[in-house]
Amino acid sequence: MATFRIKRFNPEKQPEPYFEEFQLDIPDGATLLDCMNQIKWTLDGSLSYRMSCRSAICGSCAVKSNGHALLACQRQAEHLVDNNDTITLEPLGNMKPVKDLVVDFTPFWDKVNKIKPYLEPKEEPPVKERRQSQEEFLVIDDASTCIMCGACYSDCNTLEVDDNFLGPAALAKAQRFVGDSRDSKTLQRVQDLSEPGGIWDCTHCAECVERCPKPARPFDRIKEIMTVALEEGVHNNNGARHALSFTNSVKRSGNLNENRIPVESMGIFNIPGLLSLIPVGLRMLLKGKVPPILHHSIEEVRDVKRIFKELDQ
Amino acid sequence: MIQHDVVIVGAGLAGMRCALEACKELDVAVLTKVYPSRSHSGAAQGGIAASLGNSEPDSWEEHMFDTVKGGDFLNDQDAVEEYVKAAPRIIYELEHMGCVFSRTPEGKIAQRSFGGHSKPRACFSADRTGHAILHALHEQLMKNSRSVKIYNEWYMHSLVIDGDQCNGVIVSNIQTGEVEVIRAKAVVFCTGGYGRVFKITSNAFASTADGVMAAFEVGIPLEDPEFVQFHPSGLYRQGILFSEAARGEGAYLLNDKGERFMETYAPSRMELAPRDIVARAEQSEMDAGRGINGEDCIHLDLRHLGEARIMERLPQIRQLAIDFLGIDCVTDPLPIQPTAHYSMGGIPVDNNCHVILDSEGTKMHGFFAAGECACVSVHGGNRLGTNSLLDAVVFGERAGKSVLEYARGRDFGNVNEGQEKARVLEKFEDIFQREGSESYNQIRDEMKEIMMSHCGVFRDEQRLKTCIETLKGLQERFKKGKVTDKGKLFNTEIYEIMELGNMLGMAVIIATAALERRESRGGHYRTDFPKRDDKKFLYHSMVYDSPDGLVIKTKPVVITKYQPAERTY
Repeated sequence: MATFRIKRFNPEKQPEPYFEEFQLDIPDGATLLDCMNQIKWTLDGSLSYRMSCRSAICGSCAVKSNGHALLACQRQAEHLVDNNDTITLEPLGNMKPVKDLVVDFTPFWDKVNKIKPYLEPKEEPPVKERRQSQEEFLVIDDASTCIMCGACYSDCNTLEVDDNFLGPAALAKAQRFVGDSRDSKTLQRVQDLSEPGGIWDCTHCAECVERCPKPARPFDRIKEIMTVALEEGVHNNNGARHALSFTNSVKRSGNLNENRIPVESMGIFNIPGLLSLIPVGLRMLLKGKVPPILHHSIEEVRDVKRIFKELDQ
Repeated sequence: MIQHDVVIVGAGLAGMRCALEACKELDVAVLTKVYPSRSHSGAAQGGIAASLGNSEPDSWEEHMFDTVKGGDFLNDQDAVEEYVKAAPRIIYELEHMGCVFSRTPEGKIAQRSFGGHSKPRACFSADRTGHAILHALHEQLMKNSRSVKIYNEWYMHSLVIDGDQCNGVIVSNIQTGEVEVIRAKAVVFCTGGYGRVFKITSNAFASTADGVMAAFEVGIPLEDPEFVQFHPSGLYRQGILFSEAARGEGAYLLNDKGERFMETYAPSRMELAPRDIVARAEQSEMDAGRGINGEDCIHLDLRHLGEARIMERLPQIRQLAIDFLGIDCVTDPLPIQPTAHYSMGGIPVDNNCHVILDSEGTKMHGFFAAGECACVSVHGGNRLGTNSLLDAVVFGERAGKSVLEYARGRDFGNVNEGQEKARVLEKFEDIFQREGSESYNQIRDEMKEIMMSHCGVFRDEQRLKTCIETLKGLQERFKKGKVTDKGKLFNTEIYEIMELGNMLGMAVIIATAALERRESRGGHYRTDFPKRDDKKFLYHSMVYDSPDGLVIKTKPVVITKYQPAERTY
């Protein structure tokens, strides 16, 4: 007998959410969604959640189980039971709960809309199909497996502190067009995606890759957009400057010049930006956290340079 | 009262393709009880048919012949001809919209073999073709968001009808429970199928006959409802789809003795015979005790394809079997069984998707249908794999064009908002008021069980009669249930009850039409009448409601190029 600890919320009845426990024998081979249905159909009909295809393709049934977002239909329930024979279910994070495990997806879809999620073709199409090599197809293959379930969005650490961040799903969707050999707006897209809220606001925690139920792996896609942005020469933003400064520092000395990176990231001619660093610098000074003024290279810097040289080739 | 030129109900392939066409000139609303990207079209895996000839020379004539033979000659051939001729253009347009397709070494759209097709004509995107097309169309809708308003998570209850004229729909917002009337110059149903009436099904929870029953309730007949397709490869017990593309790529079907039993049933096409034949072969093996370990399943063996090919062509479904059965098809055979998959029948429409009321083609003005919920009929008694995505896109587009033509310059009809709303509010009230002791869950389980065992792959008079009696009993018990959730906010329970009501109605219609058709054709197999009988039954069934119960009339089959012949593979 397993305990399902489910976060209940119904603002029609009471304003605060609470946990309710249900006992259920997990049938052999049952998915988490099968169990949720058993609870709804035999114990409490008022439990609300979304579901449809039950084959991990429609993206309806994402919920948080034991603190992490997943697709309820895709996971065997017995694999999710913790040491206390319990599965804790909560609604997805970073979105407003509507009722029980149902959340409001409006901001999620608004952000997908923001990245211009449609092909902007190069020219009038031919009579037949446009040619695209299997290799070109593979560049967008992974991103196109995204089912928009919101699991990545729910557990994204950046979104938790920054509503303005487009989020992993919208950015993965963006890569599907940035990388599409048939699209004409690559430069425009990477410029837009380099704005605040875009690719450079990602903290590289890769939580989204852990949560993604498909091979879409949003953070990998974000890195691909970053590469294209740098290749396209879209450097005029803190994120790109930071990445370049970071690389240059390692290339030059084998380690990070922590005095130089913030200045280069801000932009040497960005006076207001540089001024904004002063209070941080002062606080660091007071706490004795300022890095040494003279930056030294590591002893094996030649080896580092050799690695970069080989990479360049 | 909400008002739009056109309301499209359902946002799968047909609904969205229709919207893209209609929004060129009209103010369009698309209503879906989920979200567009959650529609069940997205679950289609293997491909979409078109005679592009990218890997072997092909022609529309061959596509047409295969489709008609596959449908056991019940298809309306004039419609089939237009449909297969449109296929290449439709695929190229999807590609132009940005749909992601797997490619040949020359960069053309890749094509693979599929059951019943004599040429490799299934265009595909790995093993998620429906998903690729669904998202491509959704992208186009987002691009056109100014002229298309999408009502996410709204439920359609009923049509607003005035004589022979459709003036809108009565709907409710699942999130708030508010009932609204949407007045429209034309309504298009793209509401999908009703596989959920069966115990083992590949269908989504949303595939519950809401559309077809809403049509039926305003006096529109349903055409060929007895023809339900059982897909040969549903994952054992779950019923979820394991693509026919596996067999297209060369997988074997094996019984408990390790025999490729299709040799006995379809020696020339083997595993790539049409679905009705393969599903029956499997069921026969299981009934003869040759299921795996004597159970109700047989083996699908992909091992000889090798990991590289499986990962390139079938990666998603490999993962699906690992997640759902704990079996990796690279190293082990998969247990599968026939699963209710597709409804060949549905709302009768003419070749332009306008809903018709009888065999003379009398129109229900302003009411259109496309996709699985409609019966054109291009699939006849059995649909070939990859022909359904094509159906949805071809006729979705066509419905869009028809509706544009129809609604252009036309005025809105008269709608008595209060009266229409009251009808649906009464339905809600009726369910909320019930204080019975019956369990809706129990009723649903019993319905699914009896439909599977008595109205499934094999049928006979005795079983069908028992089935109908049982279903009628369930309909009575349905009135004596009790609802737990009496709130308005995201009350999924009340919608599941309404869906169950629709499914019970649909199940009776399927079984009744199956009882009446005393022959075997395509997906409908009567063990007491195992032969096709063209003299008596070469017609479409038209099931009507009447005060004395269901009435079945007939509609002739349109035969142009190919005279009915014996169907062997």
